Amino acid sequence: MASVTAGSPAQSPAGPPARTGPHQADAVRRRRPGVPGWAWALPPVAALGLAFLYPLVLVAKQSLSPDSGGHSFSAYTEVFHEESFRKALWNTVWIATASTAGCLVLGFLLALVIAFVPFPGGRLLSRFIDVFLAFPSFLITLALLFLYGTVGMANGLWTDVTGAASGPVDFLRTPWGVLLAEVTYFTPFVMRPLLAAFSQVDTAQVEVASSLGARAPRIVRQVILPEALPSLAAGGSLVLVLCLNEFGIVLFTGAKGVTTLPMLVYSKAILDGDYPGACAVAMVAVVLSVALYALYRAAAARALGGGRRAGA
Amino acid sequence: MLVHSRTGRWAAWVFFFALFLPLFALPFLVVVMASFATNWSGAFPSHATLAHYRDVTHGDSLHALTTSLLTALAASVLALVAGGWAALAAERLRGGWRRVVDALFMLPVAVPSVVVGLSLLVAFSKPPFLLNGTARIVILAHTVLVTAFAYQSVSAALTRLDPAYEQSAASLGARPATVLWRIRIPLLLPSLTAAAGLCFALSMGELSATMMLYPPGWVPLPVRVYGATSRGSLFEGAALAVVLMLTTLVVLLGMSRIRTRASYR
Repeated sequence: MASVTAGSPAQSPAGPPARTGPHQADAVRRRRPGVPGWAWALPPVAALGLAFLYPLVLVAKQSLSPDSGGHSFSAYTEVFHEESFRKALWNTVWIATASTAGCLVLGFLLALVIAFVPFPGGRLLSRFIDVFLAFPSFLITLALLFLYGTVGMANGLWTDVTGAASGPVDFLRTPWGVLLAEVTYFTPFVMRPLLAAFSQVDTAQVEVASSLGARAPRIVRQVILPEALPSLAAGGSLVLVLCLNEFGIVLFTGAKGVTTLPMLVYSKAILDGDYPGACAVAMVAVVLSVALYALYRAAAARALGGGRRAGA
Repeated sequence: MLVHSRTGRWAAWVFFFALFLPLFALPFLVVVMASFATNWSGAFPSHATLAHYRDVTHGDSLHALTTSLLTALAASVLALVAGGWAALAAERLRGGWRRVVDALFMLPVAVPSVVVGLSLLVAFSKPPFLLNGTARIVILAHTVLVTAFAYQSVSAALTRLDPAYEQSAASLGARPATVLWRIRIPLLLPSLTAAAGLCFALSMGELSATMMLYPPGWVPLPVRVYGATSRGSLFEGAALAVVLMLTTLVVLLGMSRIRTRASYR
């Protein structure tokens, strides 16, 4: 977009002069002397730099400066050799991948019913999903403690029915507990973009396919799924990043056996006071997440472009 | 209509609610039930009590609530100013630079919140910026984490803005400052309030960075919920969580238009 403020000699390259509209207004404003447009971007960028980028650079620096002094990769080599780091990395990656897969399947099925097998109250339900997204993630783990904890609904039901002293449900402190909490919490993040994409699907296409004799599974596969793929990719990669970064759920699970990278950063820095080590782990987590986030932005841009094409 | 037969539709709905209710509705229900109980030995909690809620009205829990409210208020105002300003300024930049500013302001979403906390701890624990141990470092962390949503929300609203209003104002001789103040900001107001609500809600529930940073005198509600559950007072934690959810809900409804993280990212 052409610069709008004064002081910019730029000619808007788009469109012949006959199509006035915006260019006329630009010309009016351009005549006034004053601060150039780009200068207005400097204060917020400087603030972001000081509050976010500068601290990140210091983390990178600290990860290269061991307590013994000097600069070396010793913090990294030490961390990479630790069993706990390798386990945390593996846990982070597999739990995040499995959670994302679960969210995609569950979110797709639930959004499909809301959008294509509508029922009264469906709108209210999408509203509920919106509220759900504003709540913190650790509430889910807290709730799971009351559902599947040693004292809780599932085990309580079991002991009530069988008269046994304790119930058989005991998975909360394992990776499966984290997985269940993450699938529950992040599924709405997949459903939101999917519901938006489904609302763009031409219902006539579904009707035509149906009148030509296609059954529901085939319509989903050949008509709806191709339309939803960009949104699925965008929602999936977002959830993958959020799962990699998730801390509240893992912290509330409180399991010694389930350590993820964010949890390792926390325990190294706050519990052990090993800052170079924490910073090294943090850099690994940042690189992993930012790389995936870049992929998400690309996928989201494609999803948006696809939506516009469909809408046009 | 995807499914035409009556039985097929019912099957789809039964399938939907069989998944939806236990996964998404039940968690809230059990937390609310637990907050009124002291014991959970059978299928349902027992020993109904309001004691946990009475505790919230005084002492440390009340302090945690006001701490969270003040932090969220400060962080959302700061985030709205920084994010809104950046979005307004970015709109005037050329393609390449605009993408750079976009990426910069969305970057805090990608970086794990724990790392944001760690980085502030590393950067602001020594002069020239000694903030560690004060409330300001918690507010700063929350601001960094929610600014991206304010930025994203205002940028999205700007692309939807009808340029005719500002063009007519400018063609009538209004200065850019007047156009901004009298035309653009009033038109952006609905999105700004929605963004403020979202920022407030996210800051109220922020735990990851806060766990890295909070000083003893500034303990927000989520940290207190964690404190209660980790020492085994699950029912007290449930009551605190309900208070947290209700406060967030009231603020979101007060901001009238509920927007979500997902629609902004």
